[in-house]
Amino acid sequence: MSTLTKQDTFSSLLAAAPKNFESVRTLGNESFLAQGLPAVKAEEYKFTNISKKLEQNISNFSPALPFKVTAELVKSSVFEGFEGDLLVFANGKFLPELSSKIEDLEVSLISDKPELSLGSIAKPEKDAFAALNQASFEDGIFISVPKKAQIEKPVLLLSFNQANEGQVIQPRLWIEVGDFAEVTFIDQSISLGDTSYFVNKVVEVKGGVNSQIHYYRLQNEGKNAIEVSNIETDIQKDARFSSVTISLSGDMVRNNLNLNLIGSNSEGNMYGIYLINGKTHVDNHTNVDHTIPHAESNELYKGILADQSRGVFNGKIFVRQDAQKTNAFQQNNNILLSEDAIVNTKPQLEIWADDVKCSHGCTVGQLDEEALFYLQARGIDKMQAKGLLLYAFAGEVLEKIEVESFREYCDSLIQDRLGSKF
Amino acid sequence: MLSIKNLHASIEGTEILRGINLEVKAGEVHAIMGPNGSGKSTLASVLAGREEYEVTEGEVTFKGKNLLDLAPEDRAREGVFLAFQYPVEIPGVSSTNFLRTAVNQVREYRGQEPLDAVKFLTLMKEKMKLVEIDQKLLSRSLNEGFSGGEKKRNEIFQMAMLEPTLSILDETDSGLDIDALRIVSNGVNQLKSDKNATIVVTHYQRLLDYIVPDYVHVLYKGRIVKSGTKELAMELEEKGYDWIKDEIDSAATV
Ligand SMILES: Nc1ncnc2c1ncn2[C@@H]1O[C@H](COP(=O)(O)OP(=O)(O)O)[C@@H](O)[C@H]1O
Ligand SMILES: [Mg+2]
Repeated sequence: MSTLTKQDTFSSLLAAAPKNFESVRTLGNESFLAQGLPAVKAEEYKFTNISKKLEQNISNFSPALPFKVTAELVKSSVFEGFEGDLLVFANGKFLPELSSKIEDLEVSLISDKPELSLGSIAKPEKDAFAALNQASFEDGIFISVPKKAQIEKPVLLLSFNQANEGQVIQPRLWIEVGDFAEVTFIDQSISLGDTSYFVNKVVEVKGGVNSQIHYYRLQNEGKNAIEVSNIETDIQKDARFSSVTISLSGDMVRNNLNLNLIGSNSEGNMYGIYLINGKTHVDNHTNVDHTIPHAESNELYKGILADQSRGVFNGKIFVRQDAQKTNAFQQNNNILLSEDAIVNTKPQLEIWADDVKCSHGCTVGQLDEEALFYLQARGIDKMQAKGLLLYAFAGEVLEKIEVESFREYCDSLIQDRLGSKF
Repeated sequence: MLSIKNLHASIEGTEILRGINLEVKAGEVHAIMGPNGSGKSTLASVLAGREEYEVTEGEVTFKGKNLLDLAPEDRAREGVFLAFQYPVEIPGVSSTNFLRTAVNQVREYRGQEPLDAVKFLTLMKEKMKLVEIDQKLLSRSLNEGFSGGEKKRNEIFQMAMLEPTLSILDETDSGLDIDALRIVSNGVNQLKSDKNATIVVTHYQRLLDYIVPDYVHVLYKGRIVKSGTKELAMELEEKGYDWIKDEIDSAATV
């Protein structure tokens, strides 16, 4: 029986889905109908009532239409100091005329790749929104990095979002990285105006043996943007996947990040900062699945929450019985700057192997008063002293960003934020 | 320079300082001694402006201003410096950035031009020599992973950078070996002038062999119960604090 709340909410979206990828879409559709939108008590969405949020804020559940983006807009939106290639999107639609032709990299529309086994990495049965996207996405892009290619400059995935009649945006990415190849993505979304829209994004990453993939995300969307994303990757033998997710605004943001360590000596890293205020709600649900011996995962998320903002962190570490000699580390630290800010943090460890090194910890606290007094006692203004401490707190994650220009950009966004509002 | 009159302060409803009177003039060195728990650090913290302590009675003027009205940062800018008994480790805040921010905010308050990077570094190098502090320490996060002695040295280094008029050293000597003690005292002595004053809070007389006080006060149960010159410190060294405790406690029960 379907548990889809508001049964017909997505029916027009589902009905209007393109006719390609028939079996893939059917699977997605069935899976979505079987799961339904998360109910109020759904364990995985316990603290993030996304169904209600959608119901309240989105009135037209049809696709937001692509719109014209000018070269000037792109130019002025790319952050200072960026050196690399650019792929531009408007409401999820790829805009080749504004994008770079990237040497060594194949970029094409998903619709031109009918053989792709979409949903084989981000499986629709795991999450209703992944299923919804699979059933009804318009199109997306396929990126392939050939074997041994070393893409030295980062690739900026720049998405402009804006609701028009329709308010649903469903980006879909399939990224294939060949054996021994290296590549860095910066995934940044920009809201044009404060319109309400719902982004439902799926990114599947298929890494090769000994590949090195960096995936950075900057979420700095308008205050009425609702976003759910499912990013999933299988990490092969000797390969490494590292992500840094910086969330600074939006209405409600839910990030599902799933790393599957499937080859020995593989490494998965998940880092994040959520620095939020107002009523912004950011939920990071991460899942790392150790299926084989000798793999490592590292995770560090830090939250700074002001006003009535809310942060949710759920970190699942799954170590299967065969995954001996696993190293898995997880940490989530939060600072609440107001009495009305809320954090729900939950490590979830399931360890079936006996010879493993796992550690996890989470903290929720206020700013360290002793440290604050120490700085003030040296003549530093209280506001500035707070900023220094919070910036230091966030710094541990920021330094994980290996692209200098992007790190400096995030750094300046965070400093500005800490200097003004907090 | 500093005038404390009948100062009472409490924390969480418990009175810790119970009527302190103290006058400090420019050029003087005062030692405050006393057994553990007598309120020495509390006095130092109240002077520096720690908010947890509530001043319930009395007044403190510093260079003619009501010190108790000022925020901690303004006290520092006016020239009060507290060398902490337990300097705080602050991961992620670089020592150099921190000091530059502090020095420039203090300078701004005093109507001086901010120091540019080059001038700041020159000043830093000069003051580093004073306390023989290693450049490597200052490239780390503030006090993070410093040994006890390194933290104390860093306090005196900061003091040298900020050029205070009133320095309060809270147990800067505890835990130091003799070499470190000599270096730290040497730094303090070099910074002394007839325009500034120093309050040395200590448990042991040993420090006073190096930083010679003009006056010695004994703090006990939140009051200054005895004042004298450096001979008083010698006497305390010989006889311990028990005779003073006995004297005060028996007087109190009569
Ligand atoms: N934060 C606090 N809460 C409660 N009591 C405190 C606190 N800080 C200090 N005290 C008490 O105040 C008294 C004086 O402490 P302190 O000023 O540190 O003494 P001293 O520096 O002379 O050793 C002690 O009895 C101590 O237990
Ligand atoms: Mg003390």
